[in-house]
Formats: sequence, C-alpha cells, structure tokens
Amino acid sequence: MAKTKTNTEDYLRMYRQMVRIRSFEDNANQLYLSAKMPGLTHMYSGEEAVAVGICEALEVTDKITSTHRGHGHCVAKGANFKEMFCELLGKEEGYCRGKGGSMHIADQSNGNLGANAIVGGSMGIATGAAFTAKLLGKDDVTVCFFGDGATAQGLWYEVMNMAALWKLPVIYACENNGYSEYTKTEEIAAGSITARAEAFGIEAHQVDGQDVLAVNELAQDLVARARKGEGPFFIELMTYRYHGHHVGDINREYYRSKEEEKDWKENRDPIIKFRGWLVEQGIASEDEIEAMNAEIKKDAAEAVAYAEAATYPEQSEVDMHVYTDIKHALERDTA
Amino acid sequence: MREITLSQAVNEALAEEMRRDDTVFIIGEDVAEAGTPFKVLSGLVEEFGTGRVVDTPIAEPGFVGIGVGAALTGTRPVVDLMFGDFLYLVMDQLCNQAAKAYYMSGGKLNVPLVLRTNMGATRRSAAQHSQSLHALVAHIPGLKVAMPSSAYEAKGLMKTAIRDDNPVVIFEDKLMYNDKAPVPEEEFLIPFGEANIKREGRDITLIGTSSMVQVCEKAAELLAKEGIDAEVIDPRTIVPLDEAALLKSAKKTSRVIVVDEGHQSYGITGEIAGRINEKAFYHLDAPVLRMGAMDVPVPFSPALEDITVPTPEDVADNARKLMSGEMIHAA
Ligand SMILES: Cc1ncc(C[n+]2csc(CCOP(=O)(O)OP(=O)(O)O)c2C)c(N)n1
Ligand SMILES: [Mg+2]
Repeated sequence: MAKTKTNTEDYLRMYRQMVRIRSFEDNANQLYLSAKMPGLTHMYSGEEAVAVGICEALEVTDKITSTHRGHGHCVAKGANFKEMFCELLGKEEGYCRGKGGSMHIADQSNGNLGANAIVGGSMGIATGAAFTAKLLGKDDVTVCFFGDGATAQGLWYEVMNMAALWKLPVIYACENNGYSEYTKTEEIAAGSITARAEAFGIEAHQVDGQDVLAVNELAQDLVARARKGEGPFFIELMTYRYHGHHVGDINREYYRSKEEEKDWKENRDPIIKFRGWLVEQGIASEDEIEAMNAEIKKDAAEAVAYAEAATYPEQSEVDMHVYTDIKHALERDTA
Repeated sequence: MREITLSQAVNEALAEEMRRDDTVFIIGEDVAEAGTPFKVLSGLVEEFGTGRVVDTPIAEPGFVGIGVGAALTGTRPVVDLMFGDFLYLVMDQLCNQAAKAYYMSGGKLNVPLVLRTNMGATRRSAAQHSQSLHALVAHIPGLKVAMPSSAYEAKGLMKTAIRDDNPVVIFEDKLMYNDKAPVPEEEFLIPFGEANIKREGRDITLIGTSSMVQVCEKAAELLAKEGIDAEVIDPRTIVPLDEAALLKSAKKTSRVIVVDEGHQSYGITGEIAGRINEKAFYHLDAPVLRMGAMDVPVPFSPALEDITVPTPEDVADNARKLMSGEMIHAA
C-alpha cells in the first residue's frame, strides 16, 4: 500500500469513516429488504476507499457533488447517520425534510451540494461551484463524483473544456466500478477514459480505488495544487460495487458472475485491506478495531431506530420550498 | 379474451412490428439483455439480435439524435428513454430536430420515430424520476403524443405509432406495467385521435388520461352509488385530440372535469378545458374543472407524495360539488 505522511489519528478516522459507510449501507439494505424503506436505493458498499480517500483530503468548506450512489460521499463529507436515515425514510428530520430521499441527500453544512438522480447531472454544478471559488477569490476546491457510465454524457466534455480554459479548481473523480446498471464499462466506453480528460490538457490519473492510502495521497496532492490554481484534474478510480445496481437488483448473474463478486469481496476489500495494514503497522490492535466496529454498529442501529420512530412531515409542507420568496406558514412561524 | 400485462402488451406490439418491418429497431439504455429496468423488452434481443435491439451508453441526446438521423434515412426507430424525466436532456433533438424536419423541408424530409418513455408518480422515486411531462411535448407542433390507459391501448397505440410517418412520443405509466387487461390475440391497431368512451353517463363527463382513466372510472363508481351518472372518456392520444368526442359528451352532460397527472398549471387539463369552454360554453351548467398533479416537484416522502396526485375520492368530491352547483356560486 502507498504511504502517506498523515498521523495515526488520520488513519483511524479514515478507517472509521469507511466502516461507517459500510454500516450505513448494511442498514439501508436491511430497511429495504424488510420493506421499511420507500422506493429503491443504490449501495456504495465496496467503494468506500474512494469517497473516504478523497473527502479526507478536503476541508469542510470544500464542496462535493454526488450521485445516485451517494450515501458514501455524504458520510465521508461529514454527515450524521440520524439525519441521513430520516431522509431515507422520508421523515421530517431528514437532511431534506423527507423531500429528497436517498437520491437527493444534500448536506449544505458540510459542503455536500447534493446527490443527483440524473446521471452526470452534477457535472455542471460542480464546475459552477469551482467557478464561484475563482470569481470570489476563495480557495475552495470542488470534487465532482460520478460513475464510469456518466462519462458518456456530453455535458462532461462541455464543462471540462471550460474548466480547463479557465483553470477552475475542480477535480473530476470517476468511480469506475466496471458497470453502469446492467452493462459492462467496456461495452459503453470507447478508448481510454483518462485520455478524454487529457485531450483537454487536463492532468489525469488512474488509481486503485480499493486502496484508501493511495487514493488519499493522490487526492491530497491534487487538492493542494487545485487550491493554488493548477486545476482542473481528473482521477479515474478503479473500484467495485458489491450489491446490485440498486437494492432490488438481486438476480444479476446474467450480467455479472458470482465468482467475480466473490473475488473483489475476498481479495480486494478496501476495509479488510486497510485494517490489515493498521494492525501490521501497529497503529491499532485487533481489539481496538473490533471496539471501533462495534461502536459504529451501535451508532447505526440507534440512528435507524430513531428514524423509524421519527414523524413524517406535515402534509402542509408539500408546497413549502417550491419558491424561496413565498413564505409558507411553517417558515413564517419559525422565522 | 385472454388478459396480459401492459408490459407484455408493449413487448408484443414491438415484436409484431419488428417481424413485419425490417426497418424497425429499438435503441436505448439497457434495452437488450437487461430488457430495460422494468423488463418490458425481455426476449426481444433474443429474437431480433443486438443489431436491432441496440444498447447504448448513457448518452440520451446522442441516441435520440441518432434515432432522428436514422428515421430521416429510411428506418423506423423506437427510441427508448428510460424515464420520462430524461426528456429534458433530449429536448433539442426531439423538439428542434425531429418535430420540425418535415415542416422546415417543405414536406421533403420526415421522421418516423417513436420515443417510448414513461410517466407517473407515487413510486417513491423522488423529483427526478416521477414526472409526467407529456404537456411539454404536446406543446410542440410536429410531435404526436399517445397516452395508453391500459394494456389494450398500450398495444394498439404502439403499433400505430410505429407505422405513423411522424415523430410520436408514447408515455406509459410506470405503475401500470403489471396491470392486466383483456387484449385480443388477433392483430389490431388503435387509430390516433379517436377517444374511447369507457363508460356512458348522463350527468357529468370525466375526461382522464393514462392512469387517470382508472381514477375517473373509480370515481364514477363512487358517484353511481349516489345516483350520479358519470361518463368517462379516454382521449388516448392528446395530439391529435378527438375534440369532437369530448365536445359531444360535454354538450350531453353539461358538466366536465378533466383529470391528468401532469402539473395542473399550463397543462393538458387547461388545454382541454379551454377547448370545451370555447366550443361548448352555452351548453354548460358549470365551469369546466381541471384536476392535475399539484404544482410542486414530486416529493420523496410517502406522506407528501400521495397527496400530489388526484385520487378517485378527490374527483368524486369535485363532481358532487359541480352537481350541487357549489362551484358556480363559489368565489
Ligand atoms: C440521464 C440519466 N440517464 C439514465 C439514468 C438511469 N440510470 C441510473 S444509474 C445508471 C447507471 C450509472 O452508471 P455509473 O455512472 O457507472 O454509476 P454507478 O451506478 O455504476 O455508480 C443509469 C443508466 C439516469 N438516472 N439518468
Ligand atoms: Mg459504474
């Protein structure tokens, strides 16, 4: 594994965050299977090192844009379990008061500009956030997360061109998990993805997305340089989703073999790999790690119970938040 | 008669037309092996191969554009747009290119393309996967718009759409894919611009589109128990619109409610109400009422989502008010 010069605390936080994401997803999947969650959701399990490696290189004030597979980005950027689970269940205390749900969680307080149910839909938004930083002379960096499938969207090429022309502080982070829905990446992407960014004169990297230290090391370097005005950058992170495209995609052997899934889970799991490294380096003992895991599991279970018991928004909220300047009764009351 | 699901009906229509005409092909995301996320197209790639059931990257303006170009040059593409919400991505190809080619070329070029997509809320899919955007395309001259209300219509309208020489957008309701209806085994087509009177009645006309036809039928049953005899009409295509059938019914009953799942403002309900108002005003005993989806983005929370779409009870309530004259004296 690649080495970085961060300290023990940073390593442990990265581990914790990865386990928190896995734990969040295990619970979300359970909520779906027990028919407690409205609708469907897309699991981030298996890709934890990508979100954590990158978000650990960011400040709270830095921005990210996320995707339909967005729980990992959201947790990694600092969100709380309670508000997230409440949102998944459509409850009033959710990050978006139940209006957004899994595919639209936004956490303004931590710089998460929101998940997006339109593939590639956040590419313009991320580039615009970087534009703001430049215009207002802030040193914020924006990371735009998207999948391999999203590289087929024309919007990306339009905004990369402008980002490169104007040297915007944006990092395009492509999570290449080998599939878009039920189709293999090689069937939908011609040529090389990194070469596409390079065609715009954008420095492009490919990195093992299961190695959190490698991801973090690269991210730290690129974020620092983007802050100095050397951006934009592109990273292709090679990773894998453990579940189906969404929680309902259970019989998937027609497009992906069980052996392939098994190989990634057993031999390339980002959490198992990093845990082994932490122990080997003497940063944490097995017992300490188990204690951390147990604590996270408990946190997640408590948050789920909280969300299940939480109330739905009042029906009168349905037409609140359509326009900013039309004050709804509830907003007037609390103003 | 045998009953099949709406999903099977669409599948059959496509298979029959593809057997009949080698120039018909399907193009879109995960249409081949996966048969779309709703599994509507399952089995077609096995019969027709990947040359005619074409999987694309996630590039909607690109594959709609390819569809337009292919249609201009001798084929009949059925372009699959996975969610109606993605119409926004393809508006230029559809509305500036496909819709106008025939007119702009003075009748020299035409675009026999079908855009197959969907609509309908209450699936807990939130604001970007739940919209009913048919009014957007119905506004554009050059596009025809079909809205099947059951498996029967889904099959007959799809076959007509494929044979039509104009660009046609078909909206299927996502919630109806598993709903069964009687569909004849022998071949049939449903002509565009011919409304279907689902139920005859004397007292009030309920005009519904897509799944709102069922809502109107249920409302009519509620009303029947109270002695109100409602007529239910399904226009089946909103472009062309069977204005004559709607006017005839309006003149007969003198009271009309138009129910549609698009947003109420600037939508289909307003258009139909406007036409009835213009052409049947002196036959009416009450203002024509519009009932659309609430003018809000579709909320995720079930507690909110369910109140954004008209229900049979809502329709029946309004019908009672129209019957009692309450609406006339209101305001
Ligand atoms: C514009 C658009 N087209 C299609 C879809 C349907 N869809 C949702 S996720 C997805 C696959 C995305 O693949 P990728 O970008 O690789 O992300 P992953 O799911 O693998 O994380 C598709 C086609 C969509 N939501 N938006
Ligand atoms: Mg992918």
